Amino acid sequence: MSTVSWITARGLFGRRRFLLLLPLPALLLVLAIVSRSLGVDPGQWGPPVLVGLGLAVVLPVVALIVGTGVLGAEIDDGTVVHILTKPLPRWQIVLPKLAVATGVSAATVAVPLYVAGVLADSVRLGLGLAAASALGALAYSALFLVLSLLTRRPVLLGLVYVLIWEGLLGRFVDGTKVLSIQQWVIALADRIAPTELLGTTVSVPVAAVLTALVVVGSTVLAIDRLRSFSVAGETS
Amino acid sequence: MTTISAGPQAAATTPASTLDLAGVSRWYGNVVAVNDVTMRLGPGVTGLLGPNGAGKTTLLHMMAGFLAPSRGAVTLDGEPTWRNPGVYRRLGLVSEREAVHAFLTAYEFVLASAKLHRLPDPEAAARRAIDLVEMADAQDRRIGTYSKGMRQRTRVAAALVHDPQVLLLDEPFNGMDPRQRLHMMALLHRLGDAGRTILFSSHILEEVEQVSGTVQVMVAGRLAASGDYRTIRRLMTNRPHVFAVRSTDDRALAVALMAESSVTGVELGRDGLTVRAGDYGAFTRALPKIALARRIRVRALTPEDESLESVFSYLVGS
Repeated sequence: MSTVSWITARGLFGRRRFLLLLPLPALLLVLAIVSRSLGVDPGQWGPPVLVGLGLAVVLPVVALIVGTGVLGAEIDDGTVVHILTKPLPRWQIVLPKLAVATGVSAATVAVPLYVAGVLADSVRLGLGLAAASALGALAYSALFLVLSLLTRRPVLLGLVYVLIWEGLLGRFVDGTKVLSIQQWVIALADRIAPTELLGTTVSVPVAAVLTALVVVGSTVLAIDRLRSFSVAGETS
Repeated sequence: MTTISAGPQAAATTPASTLDLAGVSRWYGNVVAVNDVTMRLGPGVTGLLGPNGAGKTTLLHMMAGFLAPSRGAVTLDGEPTWRNPGVYRRLGLVSEREAVHAFLTAYEFVLASAKLHRLPDPEAAARRAIDLVEMADAQDRRIGTYSKGMRQRTRVAAALVHDPQVLLLDEPFNGMDPRQRLHMMALLHRLGDAGRTILFSSHILEEVEQVSGTVQVMVAGRLAASGDYRTIRRLMTNRPHVFAVRSTDDRALAVALMAESSVTGVELGRDGLTVRAGDYGAFTRALPKIALARRIRVRALTPEDESLESVFSYLVGS
């Protein structure tokens, strides 16, 4: 593990807001287990739990907490200067941080989604959800990481994207779904494990290409922004 | 405002690393934080002095590559510091903001710095830097449990771990108790004597006076003076120099001094004379001759306004 990854991981797990990661995946697991044990038809509980909660809330919220935490929190408290005053090319800072954010988000979300997918339908659906959510974690993490460098309020902007763009507009304005990471994840999961429980209007090639574009574009932009990182000038 | 320069400091030493600012300005919208500053920093300790809001931190951030100059260039040995992480091989920064990873121990923190610098023996470098700031006893405690001064010393150790040629410190004595302050001053002296280029900012005159004779004085975003502050004082020819003189016959000496052209005023007090002289050199050359001619013995001659405080107040007030 590189030193940047090690410090990032220590910082992430050392902050209290890491505890915020736990309740949502736990809720997803509990709902899936309770629904299954009560014998409720998966056609009824599957879409709201897997998509409505798992992919629309748990994945983006966890990725938001982690993605803005790996760099945004260090910018907020000023500790980022410690890493930036080293002769490291900036990609050697951005990529390890993106890897840690993606790894932590994917591990936190993919496991409960896998279990819920198995309980709802099959191991294949579980694997499809886990794989697609891992890709989604990568896209969300890249997006939220670059937001940390573009704005002083990355969490707020991230929430606006997740709640307003994906959650509200995505429900009523069909065109917005094309630019929704959530819909790309559903399309990819449905491609790996075709099921009636998942449904989207976005095609798989579009989802794959746009996911790659967001990941690469956000990462390149983050590296460039970090090269020009300015410390907010105090007045003295 | 004109810049008073007492010439390049440490000119006799071959500069190991030189930090150059050429016509550097930085503005935020309509507010000019730093205005057309040109300076060269070579080996030795230099104090960056100025009242709050003078632009010291903005200047330090530009030197450290954390802020782009709106105009002009900041270079370290000819290389720009902005968007150039390679300069951190030769440059260390201790920022004013007390930002440390509280969840790490001092040893882990400094060791991480050594590893990020890709030093060949990071463990040995970390131990050396921690010893340098006398933090070995507490190095295995989490930084979150430290006092402000201990945290500051830990940050200095992390900034020194790669033995940089240039060390920039923003208000390094903040939060330190007197003993820690003395220790830090001694450390800066040692580093300066060893040929490192050290620049520290402060708005506390006594701190600067004790650590460094060489100052860069910022006032309202401009470089108001540069060099040894005693020399700067002597260059302020529009301000009479004030001397305290004690002799075997103060009254007779006062009468004789009034005839001297370099003297602009004499005050006879209970403890001796207060003499105002327009020309520092002419007065100090004339005084022994005058005293000798009148068979008066001069017991004490003390410049009264050569302290950094008086130089600073003249600069800020001008």
